[in-house]
Amino acid sequence: MSASTAPATTDQVSAPPPTELAAGDHRRTLLGTALQSVLAVVTALILGGLLIAITDEKVRHAAGYFFARPGDTLSAMWHAASGAYAAMFHGAVYNPDGATVADSLYPLTETLTVATPLILAGLGVALAFRAGLFNIGAQGQILIGATLAAWVGFSWHLPAGLHLLAVVAAGALGGAVWGGVVGLIKARTGAHEVILTIMLNYVALNLVAWLLSLPGFQREGSSNPVSPAVDGTAMFPKLLGDHFRLHWGFVVAVLATVAVAWLLERSTVGFELRAVGANPRAARTAGISVTRGFVVVMLLAGMLAGLAGTAQVAGTEHSLTSGIAASFGFDAITVALLGRSTPWGTFFAGILYGAFRAGGVTMQSMTGTNIDIVLVVQSLIVLFVALPPLITFATRRSQEVAA
Amino acid sequence: MQLKLTDVTKRFGDFTANNRVSLTVEPHQIHCLLGENGAGKSTLMNVLYGLYEPTSGTVEINGAPAHFSGPGDAMAAGIGMVHQHFMLVPVFTVAENVALGHESTRGMALDLNSTRARIREISDRFGFAVDPDAVVEDLPVGVQQRVEIIKALVRDAEVLILDEPTAVLTPRETDELLQIMRQLRDNGTSIVFISHKLREVRAVSDVITVIRRGEVVGRVGPETATDELAALMVGRDVSLTVAKEPSLATGAALEVRDLTVLGDNGVVLLDGVDLDVAPGEILAVAGVQGNGQTELTRALVGLEKRVSGSVRLAGRELTGLRTREVLAHGVGFVPEDRSTDGLVDSFSVAENLVLDRYRERGFAAGPSLRRRAIAEHARSEVGEYDIRAGSVDSPVATLSGGNQQKVVIARELGRPLKLFVASQPTRGVDVGSIEFIHRRIVAERDRGTAVLIVSTELDEVYALADRIAVFFHGRLMGIVGPETPRGALGRMMAGEPADAVLPPAPWDGSRSGHGDTGGPTAHDLVPSDAAPQPGSRPSHPGANVPASPRDLATEPSDDRPEGNRTA
Repeated sequence: MSASTAPATTDQVSAPPPTELAAGDHRRTLLGTALQSVLAVVTALILGGLLIAITDEKVRHAAGYFFARPGDTLSAMWHAASGAYAAMFHGAVYNPDGATVADSLYPLTETLTVATPLILAGLGVALAFRAGLFNIGAQGQILIGATLAAWVGFSWHLPAGLHLLAVVAAGALGGAVWGGVVGLIKARTGAHEVILTIMLNYVALNLVAWLLSLPGFQREGSSNPVSPAVDGTAMFPKLLGDHFRLHWGFVVAVLATVAVAWLLERSTVGFELRAVGANPRAARTAGISVTRGFVVVMLLAGMLAGLAGTAQVAGTEHSLTSGIAASFGFDAITVALLGRSTPWGTFFAGILYGAFRAGGVTMQSMTGTNIDIVLVVQSLIVLFVALPPLITFATRRSQEVAA
Repeated sequence: MQLKLTDVTKRFGDFTANNRVSLTVEPHQIHCLLGENGAGKSTLMNVLYGLYEPTSGTVEINGAPAHFSGPGDAMAAGIGMVHQHFMLVPVFTVAENVALGHESTRGMALDLNSTRARIREISDRFGFAVDPDAVVEDLPVGVQQRVEIIKALVRDAEVLILDEPTAVLTPRETDELLQIMRQLRDNGTSIVFISHKLREVRAVSDVITVIRRGEVVGRVGPETATDELAALMVGRDVSLTVAKEPSLATGAALEVRDLTVLGDNGVVLLDGVDLDVAPGEILAVAGVQGNGQTELTRALVGLEKRVSGSVRLAGRELTGLRTREVLAHGVGFVPEDRSTDGLVDSFSVAENLVLDRYRERGFAAGPSLRRRAIAEHARSEVGEYDIRAGSVDSPVATLSGGNQQKVVIARELGRPLKLFVASQPTRGVDVGSIEFIHRRIVAERDRGTAVLIVSTELDEVYALADRIAVFFHGRLMGIVGPETPRGALGRMMAGEPADAVLPPAPWDGSRSGHGDTGGPTAHDLVPSDAAPQPGSRPSHPGANVPASPRDLATEPSDDRPEGNRTA
């Protein structure tokens, strides 16, 4: 709450003026949070661009005679940064060099493909956030969800359609169990969910590694830690034909976003979860069971992360490896953070991060800029999102100057 | 030292907390700043203490302009402040707390001896009876407050600002504090006394400056009548009493038997309490905070974990039920602290108005909320309870305290009740809203609901009560009639049982076999001036009790044979 609303909460006699003022303030902060996210991204991109320019070979060469011809250095910097970002754009959104329209739009479909697990796991983290829980465990929930989905995918043999449904259900169940356990332990013992989820991430990782060492989970005639490929009937159908990797898992992600939005804003369960998250004491006083809320939200959060694991196995990877979750579980936290824990915010943040991932590869291959720069940009975004007080301070100062 | 404020204005954004306030604090004077919560008293003092910078206006000390950029400057200039919430480190000793920030050292070692000596000197001079080596958390609240005063005096404060100092004190401690204030004044310290309690203000002040809506609306002497002061504070004539008929209640809707609550650490917070509340009766629980009243209300609605004994409402056992089930049995509950327990700040007014009702058929269809119905409900409640909100979709945090409290009250009174439990129903609420809330509570009583009110404000207790229960250290000291004088209640709040405080009634013996304790039922007693007064204020103990005219209205009757119990 900004300083100008502070007196409003303590003042009764002069109620009307501060009330109206404060209501306006609230709208401003809502707009402000979205704006802050955008600002964080833009600032991170600018700083990332500087970093690209500084590490560029040609820039360093031109810097050698900077004082003779400073323009050379600056133009080299511009070329390095803009070239890298252009390549990233080509890899993530639209490739103007594509032979056909389909070719040109291929990068965009790649972005959405990569974004699918990020959105799903991000929703899981965001939902838990809204109930006041810091779910660091998306990684483990993805892994367990993927494992169960893969197992149903390669060991059960069901008719098309039914098989995919079973796989999705299994993935959701796996994640839900892994998340629900956290909720249950927290509700029963009061243990902190951060510790629990971190530890369960390790448990999940080692569990999967162990499972993949069992013959039943390995490919016939191979001792590599790779599961058999799931049946064709267990795979998400391609959304835009076989030319593209984009699969129906993305539709699941969109539906999940809609469902989470409904749950949070329009359902009694969501009302309870938000109350528990915003003020557990008031929720308890109003007869809402806080502990039950913890269990419910962790079940749902785990389920969403489990769906992310399903999207990996049944969407792009075909089989289970211990690296199936990549770093989606951790990126999901930053996605939820950037999305301000709102369903649609998380959705678009997931797509942005999908674009970074998809575009980063192209950037490295086209311009030789190290893909790690993408990580730096992502990290900077988190840093700036996590520093709203700084940004708030800056904007307030500028407002004061303007006034 | 003379302290002079001239045309001090403080704005927060568009909101003016202080508007051209001028006042002069002379030496040897207790200058009272009287005003409602939110009138701008604390803002003004924070300006004076260097915590806020005034938007315009000047502060002068002994005729020279002073400019404080922080409390350090103010302290250096001889201004000391005792905050409403103490700024003490609980695990430190008195001496350590007093030295904190001004430690004298010998080499690397802390030298507390000089501080100890100073504390003893001040303590002896004013009769504080403070041991410099006592650990602060072990001290009673009243003594902790003296430590705060010592802190200021050690730093040679010539002007002492006391911000709502009596809010946390028992009546006896309050009287002692007032005595200390007089002594300090006689020794030359100027005192700025911030309060909204008329009785104390009149008892101790030399000059009273009344502030309303951030402006000075009057400068009067202590001889000004209570109702005149109240009128100045609120800008119109208010009756501090609520017009209500005497209760004709019989029987018991709520029966509490041997209710005991243990804290997490096993400490007994509520100790074997027996009480009844009849349908259509208001039982007001008086007592200084922290004597078990909070636990009583929380235990009634199933919020306490370690509870034994029995709570029956209309014959149904409530202990062991979950809060949701208790509320569903027709219990309305207004928690003591609305911001932590009563409201979800970030939720809209409409959402808060259904915080414990969102599952009702009218507001939910299966798993989905009927948002339109919730909004419509909110609009009607906002109209009915005169809740001033930008819109029903505004977060409740943007409302003023009084309006927030109305949201809670509206929610809890908005459904059919058998029992209404309210803790501090009007805390931090302006007088206009207090009147309104009181009327609502009485109306609920008249509908036949059993009402249990917990309040630390005696005025509120007197205004509402059909009977008064007093708690001390988790035990019920007794239940007495509304005509019981203030002094007697004060002694009960300090731990004396009702039968020790009130003289026995001549017909007491005839009732000894009637109740389960046989103790004197104070309800039957005529108010008596004979009750000895701790701290002996010269005035009649009931003189400022606005409720006293009603004493006659509820004279002894035998209509509550069940209700009058003493612990």
